[in-house]
Amino acid sequence: MRARISTLQSLISGLPLLFLALFYFYPLAAILAFSFFGNGALDLSGFREILVDPYYRNVLWFTTWQAAVSTILTILVALPAAYIFARFQFRGQTLVRALTTLPFLMPTIVVAPAFVALLGPRGILNYVATNLFVGAPTIQLVGTIWIIFLAHIFYNYTIVLRIVSTTWANLDPQLGNAARLLGAQRARVFFEITLPLLMPSILAAALLVFIFDFTSFGVILILGGARLATLEVEIYRTAANLFDLPLAAALSLAQIGFTFILILMYTRLQTRLAVTMRVRSQNMTKRTLKTWGEKILVAVNVAGMLLFLLAPLGVLLLQSLQTPNGLGLENYLRLNENTRGSVTFIPPTDALRNSLFFASITVALAVTLGLLAAYAITRTRRGGGWFDAFFLLPLATSAVTLGFGYILAFSRAPFDFRAAVWLVPVAHTLVALPLVIRSIVPLLHQIKPNVREAAAMLGANPTRVFREIDLPIVLRAVLVGAIFAFVISLGEFGATTLIVRPEWSTVPLAIYRLLGQPGLTNYGQAMALSTLLMVVSAAAIVLMERVRIGENVEF
Amino acid sequence: MNKVLTFLIIIVLAALAACQAATPTPIQPTAAPSTEPSPQGSPAELVVVTHDSFAVSEDVLKEFENANNVKVQILKSGDAGAALNKAILAGAANPLGDVFFGVDNTFLSRATKANLFEPYRAQGLDEIPAGYKRDTEFRLTPIDYGYVCLNYDKAWFKEKHLAPPQTLDDLTKAEYKSLLVVENPATSSPGLAFLFASISHFGADKYLDFWKALRANDVAISEGWEDAYYNKSTWSGKGDRPLVVSYATSPAAEVFFSDGKLTEPPTGNVLGDGACWIQIEFAGVFKNAKHPELARKFIDFMLSTKFQEDIPTQMFVYPVNPNAKLPDFYKFAEKPKAAAQLDDAVIDANRDAWIKAWTQAVLR
Repeated sequence: MRARISTLQSLISGLPLLFLALFYFYPLAAILAFSFFGNGALDLSGFREILVDPYYRNVLWFTTWQAAVSTILTILVALPAAYIFARFQFRGQTLVRALTTLPFLMPTIVVAPAFVALLGPRGILNYVATNLFVGAPTIQLVGTIWIIFLAHIFYNYTIVLRIVSTTWANLDPQLGNAARLLGAQRARVFFEITLPLLMPSILAAALLVFIFDFTSFGVILILGGARLATLEVEIYRTAANLFDLPLAAALSLAQIGFTFILILMYTRLQTRLAVTMRVRSQNMTKRTLKTWGEKILVAVNVAGMLLFLLAPLGVLLLQSLQTPNGLGLENYLRLNENTRGSVTFIPPTDALRNSLFFASITVALAVTLGLLAAYAITRTRRGGGWFDAFFLLPLATSAVTLGFGYILAFSRAPFDFRAAVWLVPVAHTLVALPLVIRSIVPLLHQIKPNVREAAAMLGANPTRVFREIDLPIVLRAVLVGAIFAFVISLGEFGATTLIVRPEWSTVPLAIYRLLGQPGLTNYGQAMALSTLLMVVSAAAIVLMERVRIGENVEF
Repeated sequence: MNKVLTFLIIIVLAALAACQAATPTPIQPTAAPSTEPSPQGSPAELVVVTHDSFAVSEDVLKEFENANNVKVQILKSGDAGAALNKAILAGAANPLGDVFFGVDNTFLSRATKANLFEPYRAQGLDEIPAGYKRDTEFRLTPIDYGYVCLNYDKAWFKEKHLAPPQTLDDLTKAEYKSLLVVENPATSSPGLAFLFASISHFGADKYLDFWKALRANDVAISEGWEDAYYNKSTWSGKGDRPLVVSYATSPAAEVFFSDGKLTEPPTGNVLGDGACWIQIEFAGVFKNAKHPELARKFIDFMLSTKFQEDIPTQMFVYPVNPNAKLPDFYKFAEKPKAAAQLDDAVIDANRDAWIKAWTQAVLR
């Protein structure tokens, strides 16, 4: 019996780690070795440059504080919505939640102009402001830190919403009710009962958001202007045309190292904050809207959320309808025409099919590995935090650096995968895995071990314990993770350019290709393709959420 | 126990990678026996590694495929700089394909130094004007050329009753303040070309003064062409900059991609002395290519009039073959009388230092 558990466990923790070792640590080691030993001797000039030049200290400082502020703002903005989605059942909930996910998969090059159209010097905001208050000065947001904050909230809102509301929905409302009966104020109940119980999942979401903001790239470059730079931006600039690998590698290591320390601090904090409790399945905690107050609360919140998240996407839709001859559907109809008879043309249906194909494989891979890893992390008494930290590292690693690593590592024996198409979902899984794990771990921590032990005492084997105790509770979290994996794969661009057979082009690649040439119709078609990507993704997400799973469990 | 095991696996793999990367892979003295297809056999696969902007007509490529019983597989690996960097990383012993297309004259020396390509004197090379043949050892064959120029918004300047700038010197004048967007030379190939144009025009000792003056005149910087052209320019309707670093053929492409709406270009080129940079693109046969014979035939094919006449509508650059006819809409494309140039050896010696100095002067 004991032996069986330990082989099972080593298999469980071994598989995801093996994946990580082969597809993350190996290519990373390859590029670092090439960068530092490329000329035959150890070249650490990159580190010297970082330490000597005060410029890089400023970059690290800017990278850190903008990420910290963005993260706090994102949590504050998304927390009320997490409450509403956790506690109430209302019509259109699934659709609204699916829509909040859309920013996550839109390429910045497409979203940025929409932001400018709304908030720019000639944008709608300024139009309204100058008409309401005659003589009001132009609000200049583009090129400032404010538009970076806004864009970061826009992109990462859904992470906080999904991760926190999943835990919140499983909190037993009776705890709060009991406290209220004993005379506690609403605020006191929130700060002394709800918030501490939510803390692990808030921190889990915050960590992810922080890493995404810390490694922010497109938002900084396109909206922030050329003089605001994060480490990720500096790595890209150093590697692209300068090809200064020793410096790029040193910067990458600084980025990874800094994030790693933060992640370790987080995992310590998480194990300390984790409270096991009675976990309730959602349909026992959710209720329909009863009072007018509740209805107004939900309506105002949902309206605000949709306005903020959907206005930029709406601009995109509008631009997709603009043609040289006025508004119309020509951009959509033209997508399918290979007017110049080019071999590199890809029909939108093919691009969508490829995208959905890669996304499905990514979901399967990421959920399987993520579930196994989450178990290894929560079951391991010592070292679980390290496991946890390892799986987050791909998010903290510069895409350029890892991309170079893939070329180095996988274009020669023993792993000659030159131009292998399956590397695309593998790379996507690497990015999606941390989100899947983060979605599941907070919930697993909360399951009281004595429930599992009781089941085992009563004769249930480990598989049955998993199936009947853990699975019903984590299923919702697995679904959240699956959706993250799905949208990450759909929106991913950098890793996809590694594998470059045009017939395997994804939608983001096709969008970039259209934007690579001048002309009104190219731009219109790029917008049309972006809109198609949004619509298809929203439909797919709603479909995934509709999959009803047995959530009615009693303890 | 299992933790120890997995740590070991990681360390072994890391060590393996380190050894592999650290020891420069010796280039095989004799080429591997090539697996050339028999004319009747199943088609071989010829892999062409190139950048994202590569395009060719289906029927033109089909002709080559049928004539040589080959299937051409195109691998796109990012923009021009990224594609070359990836080819260098993969190394000469394990090339990513058989043919590489898309090295330009700003990176010529990086490509030749990396020792990736085999010398080959292509058929038809004699007809190509000498000015385009930059590699004296014939490792890289010129295929096309174009000009990186400033585009200006005709309607915008007309409405403001302002004459568009004529030369690079004009750009620092007060009347053109806050009107220009350029691409970062550290990340964009037109950006690098424009930096070189400024160095050619002002000289290596004076160009930084020009850029400092541009900075004072509120020049905007984009990381890539897409952002500069579509998000920052005025004629795309979203930006506020009527002057953008782009290509001399962009105004013609605007007409081509307007669904017949435009009868003349909405934009013009600033063609004054030395304001445009000539960009020549080259192709080469990889050392250790699987199909070296087919790869050489593909280079010949790229210089043939059939392929050369396909270039203007597919990639919006000019064919190097003077016998190739241009499509009708190229009447809207303008050429500068004298384009800026720098000696390849000078570029090779200074490229990185210039980019770094630019970054220091303009971004920090």
